[in-house]
Amino acid sequence: MRRYFARKFLFYAVTFVVAVSIDWLIPRLAPGDPVRSMVSRMSLQPGDAENMMGYFMGAFGLDQPAPQQYLNFWVALLHGDLGISVWLFPQPVTQVIMGALPYTLALLIPSVLLAFWAGNKFGAYAARRKWLDGAVLPVGYILTATPYMWLAILLAWLLGTVFQVFPIAAGYGFNLAPAPTLQFAGSLVWHWFLPFLSLFLVGFGGWAIGMRNLIIYELDADYSRYLGSLGAPGKLVRKYAYRNALLPQLTGLALSLGVIVAGALVTEVVFSYPGLGWYSYQAIVNQDYFLLQGIFLFVIIGVLVANFIIDIAYVIVDPRVRLGMEAS
Amino acid sequence: MSNRTRLVGLIAGTALAITTVAPAAAQPTEYPRNETLYTSGTQWGPPGSWNPIQDWGYAMGTLGLVYEPLFNYDPLTNEYIPWLAESGEWTGDLEYTITLRDGITWADGAPLTAADVVFTIGLGQRPGVPYSGLWDFIESVDAEGDLTAIVTFSEPQHAEWSNFLYNRAILPTHLWGERSDDEIMGANENPVGSGPYQYLTHDQGRMVWEKRDGWWGTEALGLDPKPTYIVDIVNGSNNVALGLVLQGGLDMSNNFLPGVATLVDGGYGISTFYPEPPYMMSSNTAWLATNNTKPPLDDPTFRKALATSIDTDTIVNVVYGNIVKKASPTGLLPPWEMYVDQAVVDELGFSYDPAAAATMLDEAGYVDADGDGWRDNLDGSPIALEIIVPNGWTDWMESIRVISESAKAVGINVETAFPDYGARTEAIQNGTFDLAIVNDKQLSNTPWTYYQYIFRLPIEEVMSNENYGRYENEEAWALVQELSQTPVDDTETIKAITSQLQAIHLADLPLTPLWYNGMWSQVSDAVWTNWPSADGNQYLPTTWRGFWQMGGIRMLDALEPVVAE
Repeated sequence: MRRYFARKFLFYAVTFVVAVSIDWLIPRLAPGDPVRSMVSRMSLQPGDAENMMGYFMGAFGLDQPAPQQYLNFWVALLHGDLGISVWLFPQPVTQVIMGALPYTLALLIPSVLLAFWAGNKFGAYAARRKWLDGAVLPVGYILTATPYMWLAILLAWLLGTVFQVFPIAAGYGFNLAPAPTLQFAGSLVWHWFLPFLSLFLVGFGGWAIGMRNLIIYELDADYSRYLGSLGAPGKLVRKYAYRNALLPQLTGLALSLGVIVAGALVTEVVFSYPGLGWYSYQAIVNQDYFLLQGIFLFVIIGVLVANFIIDIAYVIVDPRVRLGMEAS
Repeated sequence: MSNRTRLVGLIAGTALAITTVAPAAAQPTEYPRNETLYTSGTQWGPPGSWNPIQDWGYAMGTLGLVYEPLFNYDPLTNEYIPWLAESGEWTGDLEYTITLRDGITWADGAPLTAADVVFTIGLGQRPGVPYSGLWDFIESVDAEGDLTAIVTFSEPQHAEWSNFLYNRAILPTHLWGERSDDEIMGANENPVGSGPYQYLTHDQGRMVWEKRDGWWGTEALGLDPKPTYIVDIVNGSNNVALGLVLQGGLDMSNNFLPGVATLVDGGYGISTFYPEPPYMMSSNTAWLATNNTKPPLDDPTFRKALATSIDTDTIVNVVYGNIVKKASPTGLLPPWEMYVDQAVVDELGFSYDPAAAATMLDEAGYVDADGDGWRDNLDGSPIALEIIVPNGWTDWMESIRVISESAKAVGINVETAFPDYGARTEAIQNGTFDLAIVNDKQLSNTPWTYYQYIFRLPIEEVMSNENYGRYENEEAWALVQELSQTPVDDTETIKAITSQLQAIHLADLPLTPLWYNGMWSQVSDAVWTNWPSADGNQYLPTTWRGFWQMGGIRMLDALEPVVAE
């Protein structure tokens, strides 16, 4: 057990360092200079531009050679300092991210878990049931093949603009101030629903399809046939098939987390939902190195932590892994 | 079953987490609709600075609603309106005396005095403060008593100084005096100003200001801003802004909304400053910047032929649906019309005429030498120009397609390209571009800002925000400096100098004016009426940074709620 987790931990540590280094490098490879863009937005009198350039290059530490900047970045990172946003100067990046993180988590966690749970249950239920199976297959394929952004735009247009049932922007009503009232909580949920729904639907379709195919495979397996021929009720056979089918689905969840997070990011952009996705889009547009690398740092940490949790869940769910460890 | 309950528990827990996200409660939990003004169009990101020094990023209204300048300037009447200052005069060739109004207090009750003025001007010597250029021509600033500040100049830069007078906020020395350099450039949370509004709350998507009691202007100027709350909404996409205006959820949208003309004409309860084209007031000139160091663009004749080939009417009518106005060949905005020397324009101006453009090019020797269908350089090498605008600026992207087609129609090979904003800005600043659309300079108190933009010298490795085309003309630059040193009320001298500058500009065309971008403003009559309009209140209808000091408070004063409280 210890060796298993030690190896996993080492793997995660290396992944973290490499991912964060790429995260630092990528924005800096983009053409253009964020400070120049910033200075070009100021209304300056003649001669002031160069002064401002000098000041901000120093303030952001961009006047140092790149290797030094990279070192400074790690030193600051280990102190929990992600720097100052260029675009939102002078807001610290951590402050911006902390304001956005709750929205993203409130969107991601329920949509991922609910879609996984409901998709699997529904896929398992539909498998080998004639008309349901016929319906699940095409609908599921359509849903899972739908780009997150497109479904989000469709929902926003249909339920937001045409029928005007749901709002199409912001985290809560513009007429409200945050307060522990029922009205405010209602407004939060109301604004949360459409982005949640678009993430949920795409995930739901994918899991349902995957589970349906796996169940059919498991129902054909020798153990299922044997159990059936022993006279076990169909419900019991399905229960065993479901347990076995869940393992590859769990692996799939770990693999697709990155894609799901990316999907959440674009969904937030569509709904102007004030989560990390919306900020990362703005950070890219405004070439805000610090905000962008800060957001992706959180995405990296989030994906790694989630993968780690799934690793643990795997140990619990799969008796072979668990018993194998105990034996060693 | 146990799995399911665990999951349900998790979901319930998350739902609980959402509802507890809410930060600490502010006083009102809901803003009464008939006391609240909803605006949008200024903030492109979450409010993160309430520091009026940071004129590129402070929360909407920080300068104007909270902090105030010494003067306001009304570009429509060309008048300086004494604001915090009761008066300001040149009391010598190199001496300017500011007299403050008596009895103005900061929101915390402390009096606003000449010491605050001295402190604010002195800030120009601190690192990062963008008006450091002031100290190139100011020698000293001293307070005489509580209400008088005397500024001594080494050079009388009238234009730049008068620009400062209405554009920069006076800051409280009793709160700012002890701040370190970093704090001076900090976010300035909980701003304490002298203006009619104070900070109430903000979040990622909005800024909320609340009217405060005891603003000096109510008594001294007879102005009483009507909205109790001003909620400024961070810009989302166009359809969000449009949707909000149509539903009456947004009272004033200063966003660029394509096709708004049809909505104004269609009876949707939306109006603009003018009821007919161009619908919007003009706020800046969109120019075609040419890289004047690169053949064939280094040849004034070629530039002029290019300008003559451009079908600006199509850009105005089709791309913009008539919400912008074609620019005068001088590029001077409508409020500066009095400075246009019509004789010079008649003699040297240009207008759309593809046949004439072709003739000019033929005569100058730009002909198709290699037979590929495009005109070539004088030395026979092919001409292949690229015109750039930032990706995503859809109106500009459409407009350069028109320019490209116009140029191709007379045989000039111009292709469009849409780099990211950063890459585009780098290209124009480093002089690695061919052609680009630029509009950096906004409406101001003097055409000097425009001529500075066109003729700025010296040419440096990086041209940060002026003379991107790297045009060198010492004579013109000397005239620009003379213009800067001319008193802003000496209209005759200004006219004489600008006339000479127009002659140089139109003869060489280092920067080609195309159209006037609008001061985008769509207002809804659902909750508030008596908006600025061509046949009503002649105030600038905008909440943009840098425009409040040109009359915005008077707009708030004139508003009337539809339903009485």
